[in-house]
Amino acid sequence: MIPAPAAHAMTSEKPAVALPTSAAAATVLTDEATQPKVEVKDLNVYFRTNHAIRHVSLSVQPQTVLAVIGPSGCGKSTFIRALNRMHDLVPGARVEGKVYVDGKDLYARGIDPVLLRRRVGMVFQRPNPFPTMSIYENVAAGLTLNGIGGNHHETVERCLRQAALWDEVKDRLKHAGTSLSGGQQQRLCIARALAVEPEVLLMDEPASALDPIATAKIEELIHELKEKYTIIIVTHSMQQAARVSDNTAFFYLGELIEIGPTAQIFTNPRERRTEDYVTGKFG
Amino acid sequence: MMNLHSSFLYRKMVDRGMAVVCALLFLVAFIPLLSVLWLVITKGAAGLSWDFFTQLPKPVGEEGGGIGNALIGTLAMVAIACVLGLPLGVGAGVYLAEKGDGTIGNTIRFMAEVLSGVPSIVIGIVAYALVVKPMGHFSALAGGVALAILMIPTLARATEELVRLVPGSLREASLALGVPNWKTSMRVVIRTAMSGIVTACLLAVARAAGETAPLIFTALNNQYWNFDPRAPTASLTVQIYNYAISPYDDWHTKAWTASLVLLLVVGMLNVASRVMTRSRLKGAR
Amino acid sequence: MSPASSGKSTSAAHTDKAFESDLRLVREKLLAMGAKVEEQIAKSMRSLTDRDSELGEQVKEGDIEVNRLEVDIDDLCRKILALRQPAASDLRLITTALKIVTDLERIGDLAVNIAERAMDLNQAPPLAAYVDMPRLAELAQEQVKKALDAFVRADTQEAEEVLAGDDHLDDLFVKIFNELLAFMMEDSRNIRRATSLVSICKHLERIGDHAVNVAEMVIYMVRGTDVRHPRSRAAAER
Repeated sequence: MIPAPAAHAMTSEKPAVALPTSAAAATVLTDEATQPKVEVKDLNVYFRTNHAIRHVSLSVQPQTVLAVIGPSGCGKSTFIRALNRMHDLVPGARVEGKVYVDGKDLYARGIDPVLLRRRVGMVFQRPNPFPTMSIYENVAAGLTLNGIGGNHHETVERCLRQAALWDEVKDRLKHAGTSLSGGQQQRLCIARALAVEPEVLLMDEPASALDPIATAKIEELIHELKEKYTIIIVTHSMQQAARVSDNTAFFYLGELIEIGPTAQIFTNPRERRTEDYVTGKFG
Repeated sequence: MMNLHSSFLYRKMVDRGMAVVCALLFLVAFIPLLSVLWLVITKGAAGLSWDFFTQLPKPVGEEGGGIGNALIGTLAMVAIACVLGLPLGVGAGVYLAEKGDGTIGNTIRFMAEVLSGVPSIVIGIVAYALVVKPMGHFSALAGGVALAILMIPTLARATEELVRLVPGSLREASLALGVPNWKTSMRVVIRTAMSGIVTACLLAVARAAGETAPLIFTALNNQYWNFDPRAPTASLTVQIYNYAISPYDDWHTKAWTASLVLLLVVGMLNVASRVMTRSRLKGAR
Repeated sequence: MSPASSGKSTSAAHTDKAFESDLRLVREKLLAMGAKVEEQIAKSMRSLTDRDSELGEQVKEGDIEVNRLEVDIDDLCRKILALRQPAASDLRLITTALKIVTDLERIGDLAVNIAERAMDLNQAPPLAAYVDMPRLAELAQEQVKKALDAFVRADTQEAEEVLAGDDHLDDLFVKIFNELLAFMMEDSRNIRRATSLVSICKHLERIGDHAVNVAEMVIYMVRGTDVRHPRSRAAAER
């Protein structure tokens, strides 16, 4: 029997993910065939003097799910909010670096943050349907509020079907958005986000306020949505990250420690800190 | 075990005792309200008639007469106050909620607090100086202005509170859909606070309708029909005052009836505020 | 080799203390099983060289404990998998444990087989010297010990030595086999006893193979790379 060579092979069956970088050397492994849907280069976010996100670079391939994990306070939410320029509305927040979606830098001069948020949608932790609107109006809100008139029935039905909610609400579209259960409300919010036809969907702990069955439905939904959209999901549950994502990024204290195929992160991570977090030694 | 049992009984007794105390206090608080209603209704109901609502006051000694002009006057001045006060009050409130965290905002807020504590008679004098003197005579306009000044501070504070109560997550959700900030404010945040704002407006209007002191220096009074806002105008409240301090019995009765009418107007405004702000959506929580 | 895959015990402990102690229990039981199995091999060989069938009986009884440990460790690992969803190094430890347990149990069975052959042989007069068999037994025992040490210390170097040493064992087996063949061809009355000896040697060689399996799993546990069946993997990659 011949002993195997000592070097460890990094086999990545999944398409490319970028290695963690230091500020100096950014090594990006890209799959030769496809350009990444989302590419982040040396992103830094400051809240006044607090350097919340430090020199983060990564890329996400189209129609894949990237999970962002890390202990609380590590900057996961801050990171994804930088991807649709939500920090523009926070006084004292400063974002440096580049965020490319389909090759276009979102932070370049002349880019309208309002328009970009229609291409990069977001779903939040607590379901937040508009209380003064019915289910129908909620789903169509992204269109009606933006002045796009007309009959939205087709869009509403399509999005509710995509969110796996149509069968449950088709008879009560005129009921208040808040009359649904928590899990249904969250799916309503997903349908609402889908109605503006984004290409990238950011999800900030979408299932953390839900019970296990509702959570399972949301996770199944993410599997289905993956076929059309590119999804980046923040989660504090490692098991959820393991279940839904293709690739996983581990953040700690504002830095990207490691990013790789999910299976690899959870069986054989490269970094000590990732290993410690994933095995429950801290956080 | 004995200890548990006796302490349980003790707690039960204390609980009952406090419940009785609370009920008594409630009655003590409620009795004046009930007695006011009782008095007004019993003493004023007899005088209600179609004539009462449509006729001018008659001189002493003559039978009949009514408060027609006072009713119109009150309605007119309240309308003027609404036109001036509601936009300014709600607008100031929205401004304070959206952008009011700087020095300007804090100053405005402080001024609003101070103003809301100013006695209404002082407001009347201010309106006198602002409107009556330049115009040279008393008018419904001045009365309306005085009432508006009364409405604005409380309305601004209430609106600001209501808008701030709208959860930030709704604003975020709207922004994340690619809706511009100003539109988000108007069509999502304020719309959500709207039912509260309408209630606040109606309550402000109800208060304005019941004020007397500011109208004394501004609208004065008028014994005749008056549809010109630039002329002195009668109002329910001033008329009630005049009737009440007079030495004539039958004017006293008229005062009671007019009070009843005023209560009814305020009551209707309250009901209206409830009806108008009920949710039209089924199953809304 | 990055720090994460060195497998050395980290200064940090699991936040969940019950989990930490469960993992420790798995290691302890595996070590106990390994020690028992090493003892079984030694005893079975002594029952042959010392012609002591009493020892042979002890070996047969000792197998009960080996089997019990196998069941215990399997149960514990299953429980950990179900309740703790172990990840990364913890996951590799548990899956390694599940595999090692099988190999150790097989080694135990082989020791019993050796003891049975020995008890059989003890009823007949000895067949000359047992040539190099004690040497083979020594090697096999050494391999098992080294593999278990590698597990305890998470030492891939020692594991690699086990992998390298297997050739030596195989060669020695072939040499002994040829010698025994010679015995059989010399005198047909030797055949019965010689074939028993061949069996024993085969068992020892198999024990060596199982030690190699353990060493391969140790390498996986520490490094996270699976080094088994290199030729098949190479073929698959081509």
